[in-house]
Amino acid sequence: METTKLPPSSPSSPTTSFSVPSAEKVDGFPRRSMRRARQRRSHSSSQFRYQSSQVELTPLPLLKDAPVAELHDLFCKKLQQCCVLFDFLDCVADLKGKEIKRAALNELVESVATSRGVLIEPLYPEAIKMISVNIFRTLPPSENPEFDPEEDEPTLEASWPHLQLVYEFFLRFLESPDFQPSMAKRYVDQKFVLQLLELFDSEDPREREYLKTILHRVYGKLLGLRAYIRKQINNIFLRFIYETEHFNGVAELLEILGSIINGFALPLKAEHKQFLVRVLIPLHTAKSLSIFHAQLAYCVVQFMEKDATVTEYIIRGLLKYWPKTCTQKEVMFLGEIEEILDVIEPSQFIRVQEPLFKQIAACISSPHFQVAERALYFWNNEYILSLIEENCQVILPLVFATLYRVSKEHWNQTIVSLIYNVLKTFMEMNSKLFDDLTASYKVEKQKLKKKLVADGVQGHLHLSSSVMHIKSKSSQAKVCYNLNDINQKVFCFPSKHKHYSKHF
Amino acid sequence: MAGADGDDSLYPIAVLIDELRNEDVQLRLNSIKKLSTIALALGVERTRTELLPFLTDTIYDEDEVLLALAEQLGNFTMLVGGPEYVHCLLPPLESLATVEETVVRDKAVESLRKISQEHSPVDLEVHFEPLVKRLASGDWFTSRTSACGLFSVCYPRVSSTVKAEIRQHFRTLCSDDTPMVRRAAASKLGEFAKVLELDYVKSDIISLFTALASDEQDSVRLLAVEACVSIATLLPQEDLETLVMPTLRQAAEDKSWRVRYMVADKFSELQKAVGPEITKNDLVPAFQNLLKDCEAEVRAAAANKVKEFCENLPEDNREQIIMTHILPCVKELVSDTNQHVKSALASVIMGLSTILGKDNTIEHLLPLFLAQLKDECPEVRLNIISNLDCVNEVIGIRQLSQSLLPAIVELAEDAKWRVRLAIIEYMPLLAGQLGVEFFDEKLNTLCMAWLIDHVYAIREAATCNLMKLVEKFGAEWAQNTIVPKVLGMANDPNYLHRMTTLFCINVIVHCCGYPYREITTKQMLPVVLKMSNDQVANVRFNVAKSLQKIGPVLDSNALQTEVKPVLEKLASDTDMDVKYFAQEAISVLALA
Repeated sequence: METTKLPPSSPSSPTTSFSVPSAEKVDGFPRRSMRRARQRRSHSSSQFRYQSSQVELTPLPLLKDAPVAELHDLFCKKLQQCCVLFDFLDCVADLKGKEIKRAALNELVESVATSRGVLIEPLYPEAIKMISVNIFRTLPPSENPEFDPEEDEPTLEASWPHLQLVYEFFLRFLESPDFQPSMAKRYVDQKFVLQLLELFDSEDPREREYLKTILHRVYGKLLGLRAYIRKQINNIFLRFIYETEHFNGVAELLEILGSIINGFALPLKAEHKQFLVRVLIPLHTAKSLSIFHAQLAYCVVQFMEKDATVTEYIIRGLLKYWPKTCTQKEVMFLGEIEEILDVIEPSQFIRVQEPLFKQIAACISSPHFQVAERALYFWNNEYILSLIEENCQVILPLVFATLYRVSKEHWNQTIVSLIYNVLKTFMEMNSKLFDDLTASYKVEKQKLKKKLVADGVQGHLHLSSSVMHIKSKSSQAKVCYNLNDINQKVFCFPSKHKHYSKHF
Repeated sequence: MAGADGDDSLYPIAVLIDELRNEDVQLRLNSIKKLSTIALALGVERTRTELLPFLTDTIYDEDEVLLALAEQLGNFTMLVGGPEYVHCLLPPLESLATVEETVVRDKAVESLRKISQEHSPVDLEVHFEPLVKRLASGDWFTSRTSACGLFSVCYPRVSSTVKAEIRQHFRTLCSDDTPMVRRAAASKLGEFAKVLELDYVKSDIISLFTALASDEQDSVRLLAVEACVSIATLLPQEDLETLVMPTLRQAAEDKSWRVRYMVADKFSELQKAVGPEITKNDLVPAFQNLLKDCEAEVRAAAANKVKEFCENLPEDNREQIIMTHILPCVKELVSDTNQHVKSALASVIMGLSTILGKDNTIEHLLPLFLAQLKDECPEVRLNIISNLDCVNEVIGIRQLSQSLLPAIVELAEDAKWRVRLAIIEYMPLLAGQLGVEFFDEKLNTLCMAWLIDHVYAIREAATCNLMKLVEKFGAEWAQNTIVPKVLGMANDPNYLHRMTTLFCINVIVHCCGYPYREITTKQMLPVVLKMSNDQVANVRFNVAKSLQKIGPVLDSNALQTEVKPVLEKLASDTDMDVKYFAQEAISVLALA
C-alpha cells in the first residue's frame, strides 16, 4: 500500500501546536510562540523526492567472507548498493532496506579502515560517487527562521543513521594509508569541494564536526585544491558578512583556517594579508559573533604570531568595528585585545598604544560593570603591565582622568576597588607624573566648576556631560558616554538591507 | 556686498567644516547631513576645488558617515555648477562604490545612477563610462559588484563602439569567479536586457541568462528567475519557447528549494510575461508541482498565488483548468501539515469564488471554507474571516453563518491578544454583512466583553469598534443597545472599566453628534458629571477630557449650569494632571 501522506494520528502530525501553554496567556507578547509550539522534528533532506522508484535491496555476501579475487568486485557492489537513499521521516518505511544499507556501510567503513590493499584505482570513482549521492543535497529551509544557535536546539538531520556512516567512510577513506591523492584528485575536484563547503551550513552540529575533519584532510592531502578552498571559504565569509548574516558553519571553517594560517609560509603573501584585513577583521561585525569568536580570535592571534607587522592592521581594525551598543560583544573584543597584547611585540605596541588606550579608557568608564571590569583586568596581566610601564609617559595621561573620575562615580564597588589598585600601580610606576596629573586634573576641575557656576548650569546630567566635553577638548581622556550620544547612536545606526536574507 | 560681514556669515560654515574632521562620529554625521548648506555657502567654485577633494579623502571614515555622504552627493549637481560640472562628483562616488559595506555601496550606486542622467552624452562617454569600466575591472569584488548596476544607465546614451564595450564588460561580470559579482550581475540582467537592442537580447542576454540560471550556486540561479520575467516580456511570443522556456522549466524543477520558491513567488509575473498559450501548456503543470512541492516554504509561496494565477488564466477555458487541475491541489493544501501553507491558502482561497461563480462555489469551495474555518490554527481561521466579503458577493454570507459563529467566538476568546485584536477589526464588516438582527443576537455580547478585556489594546480597539458599529447601525440602535451597557460600567469597581465608559462615551458622542443631543444630555452627561467625584485621579482627568469633547454638543444652558461648576471643581483638584486637563477643557469650551 502506498502512503504518501501520514494519517492524522501519526506521531509527526503537529497536534501540539493547538494547546497553548499557560505561560503564554500571561505573557502578552508570544511573538515566536507559533513557531516554538510546533512539534520539533528532524529535517527531511530535499534529495529524497528525486528518487523516483524505490529499489528493493537484497543483502550481499559479507566482505570478510569474500575470496580475494572477488573482494574488489563485491566492494564495488556494496558501494553501489549504498547509493540508494531512504526516507527517514517515515521511520517505519522500508526498514529492511535501511538495515541492509546500514550493514553494508558498516562493512565498508570497517574494511577501508583495517584491511590494506582494498583501495584500488577503479574503486575511487565509485566511492566518491557513493559519497556524493549521499551527502550532497540542498539543505532544507530552517524549521525555525529565527534560529538562534545560542538559544535554540538545532534541528537534527533525520537520515543521520546512514549519513554518519557515509561520513565515517569518507574520513577513513581519506585517512587510509592506501589513499593516493594523485588518483583521488580526478574525482575530488573543485565542484566536489564547493558542494562540500556548502554543507557547512547544516544546522546539525554532528554533521559539521565530520565536515570539519574531512575538509581538513582534503586540504592536507590534495595540494592542488588548497588555493581554491581558501578562496571559496572567503566567499562564504563575505556572503555571511555582507549579504545573508546567516551561515551555521562559520566556527568550524575558522577552526580549519586556524591551522591553515599556522602553516602559511613567510613572508605572508598579499592574498593572505587581504584575507586578514578584508575578511577576518570584518567578521567581527557579525551579530552572531559570540558563536565563533573564540575561533576567530585564535585565527587573528595566529596571524600576529606569524608576522608581527600585521598587528597595527588588526588593532586599528578592531577599534574601527568596536561595538557601540552591545556590551556583550564589547567584553569579547576586550578579551581578544588581551589575547593580542599577550603576544604583541613592544615595537608594535608603541604604534597602536594611543588609540588603543583611548578605547580602553572608554571601556573603563562604561556603566556596564562587566565591560569596565574586563578592561581593568588588563592590569593583572604581567606582560601587559610591563608594556604599560615602559610607556607610562604616554598611557597614563590617556587614562588618568577617566580612572580618577570613575573611581569617584562608578556605582559598582568592585570596579571602584579595581580602579584604586590600578591607580596605586600607576603611582608606584611613576609618582612624579602621577602627582602632576592629579594636580592639573584638580585645577581643571576647579576652573570648570567656576565656569559652570558662572553659566548657571544646573542639574547633574548637564554638569557631568559638560565636564566630559571640556575634558575631551583639553585632550585628556576621550569622553565615552554622553547620554544623548547613546540615544542617537541607537537610532541612527544603519540597518542593513539584505536582499537574500528572506530566502535563506 | 558680502565683503566685510562675509566672514561673519561664513562662521557657522567654518564650524560645520571643522566638525567634518571632529573625532566624534555623531558630529561628523551631523555635519555631512548639512553638506548642501556648506556647499551653498562655499559657492560652486570652491565646492569643486576644495570641498570635493576633501570629501574624496575622507572615504576612510565610518560607514555611517559614508552612507550619508553617498546619499548627499546624489543631489549635488546644482551645487557644483550644474550638469556642465556634474562629473566632478564622480571621484568621491567612485571611491564610495568600492567600499565593503553593502548599504554604502548601494547608496553610492544609486547616486551615480541619478547623476548619470545629468551628464551630457559627451560627458557620459568621457567621464562616466570610463568610471564604469574601471569599476568593472577592479581587483576587489566590491567595485565589480557596483559596476553591474551602472551599465544600464549609460548604455542607451553612448555610441555603438562604446555600447559593444559595455556589453563585453557585462558578459565578463556574468561569469566572474566570485559568486557575489555573479549575483549582482544576475540581479541586473533584466534591467540591462531592457535597454539593449532586441538582436542583442537574443544573441547576448539569452546565453548569459541560460548560464546564470544553471550556475553552480543556487543564490545565483534564483536571481535569474527574476530576470526571466523581464526577458520574457521583451521577446516576441514565437521566440519564447526556444529561448526562455527550457530555462524556466528547469528552474521550476531545480533541486534547490530556494530556486523553486523564487519561481513560485514570481509566478504571476512569469505568467503574464509568457502569455496564455504557454501558461496553459507549461505553467499549469508547473504550478501544480509547486503546490505539491516537498518543502513547505515553496508550497506556501505557491498557495499565495492561487487566486492571482487563476484570475489570469485565459478566460475561454479558465473554469475547466481550475476545476480539473488546480482545485484538486488546493483541496489537498487545505489539510496540509504546515500551518503557514494553510494560512497562505486561506488568505486567497475566498477569491476563487468570484472566478468560479455561485454553483461551483457552493459545491466545491464552500466545504473548503468550512474546513478552514475549523482549522486548529487561528491564523487560518482569521484569514478566512477577513476575506468574507469576496464570498458575500457571490453566495451571501448566510451560507456560512452557521460555521462562522463558532469560529468567531473561538477567535474572540483566543489566548493571544493579537488574534483577538485582528478579529475585532473585522467586526464592523461582519456586522454589515450579517445584519443587525443576527448581530444583536450573537455578536453583541462579544463586543461588550472586549470592553473589559485585560489588555488595553483590546479595550481600545473595542471602543473604536463601537464607533464603527454606531456609524453602521445608527444612533437609535446605539441608544437602545450600547448606551445602557456602557453606562452600567460607570459603577464598576475596576477603575480601568470606569475609564472605558468615558472612552466609549467620547466616541458615541462623536458619531451621534448634534442631532441626537438628547441622548448626550439626558443619559450620558449625568454619568460623566457624577464620575468627577471618582477617587482615582486617572478617571477624574478623563472626565475633564470627556467634557471637553461633549461640550460642543450641549446647549449653553447645560454648559453653564452643569459642566462649568464641575470643571471648576476639577481645576482645583489636588492632582496636577486633573487640574491641567480641567483648565484645558475650560479654555477650549470658553467657560472661563
